[in-house]
Amino acid sequence: MKRKAFIQTKQCVACGCCMKVCPRSAITIPNGVSAQVDLQRCVGCGKCAAACPASIIELSEVSNETQTLV
Amino acid sequence: MKRKHWYDYLWVISSLYLILGFFNILFAWLGLLCFFIPLLISLFSGTKAYCNRYCGRGQLFGILGEKLKLSRNKPMPNWLKSHWFRYAFLAFFLVMFGQMLYTTWLVFSGVTDLKQVVTLLWSFRLPWSWAYTTPVAPWVAQFAFGFYSVMLTSTILGLILMLLYKPRAWCVVCPMGSMTQLVCKGKCAIKNQK
Ligand code: SF4
Ligand code: SF4
Ligand code: SF4
Repeated sequence: MKRKAFIQTKQCVACGCCMKVCPRSAITIPNGVSAQVDLQRCVGCGKCAAACPASIIELSEVSNETQTLV
Repeated sequence: MKRKHWYDYLWVISSLYLILGFFNILFAWLGLLCFFIPLLISLFSGTKAYCNRYCGRGQLFGILGEKLKLSRNKPMPNWLKSHWFRYAFLAFFLVMFGQMLYTTWLVFSGVTDLKQVVTLLWSFRLPWSWAYTTPVAPWVAQFAFGFYSVMLTSTILGLILMLLYKPRAWCVVCPMGSMTQLVCKGKCAIKNQK
């Protein structure tokens, strides 16, 4: 089991605060619409969740199988 | 630590802008740059690169709240984060902006006289005549006073949000941020239709 960041994209304002603090550069904001996490890169450190002004990033446990599915 | 880029220091320019308005109101015109640049970036590149990289105001709130630990760092209440509030605030902001342009027009056409005041939070009129030292056409000065009022008001609101909630809480309601995201969403929807 590993922790990964998940974003409620509907509420995302695409400000980029999460992208800025991510040590693994796992977050991108494609087309300026909402932030996306590359689960392969994410190490679940939680820095993005702390920085997000809208508090819409949550860390959840992911089993190794689901990880390969995503 | 991530490597710093030149654009990580744009907060200096944003602070300078606010300070210059205390000395010569005409500098307020420069603020048009942070109106047109974000919109042009989103229109032409279809990204929020302005918010994500270049916005000095966002950086400033980040530094004050994060580095100087001035922020309570609490989550924003749900109503403040809601789409409803965000777009209502954008609409309100645009109406107020339109009113500022209208006032400029009235002065331009000679209907009313130039008022050397900075209006905070759309209601408090502060005398500001000391910063009007270079003689220019009255409407040019009127626009400067109006525009500076907009910039100072949004900075004050942003500071309050920074203190009460997350450092960059302003970004959740920021009209520029909402506008550029709407442009991006629109562009993306058109792209997906093709
Ligand atoms: S949890 Fe850490 S590694 Fe994962 S996206 Fe957020 S900041 Fe990046
Ligand atoms: S910090 Fe939050 S609101 Fe801003 S882009 Fe990231 S997920 Fe979206
Ligand atoms: S949302 Fe507004 S304040 Fe925040 S980075 Fe974008 S333009 Fe700047």
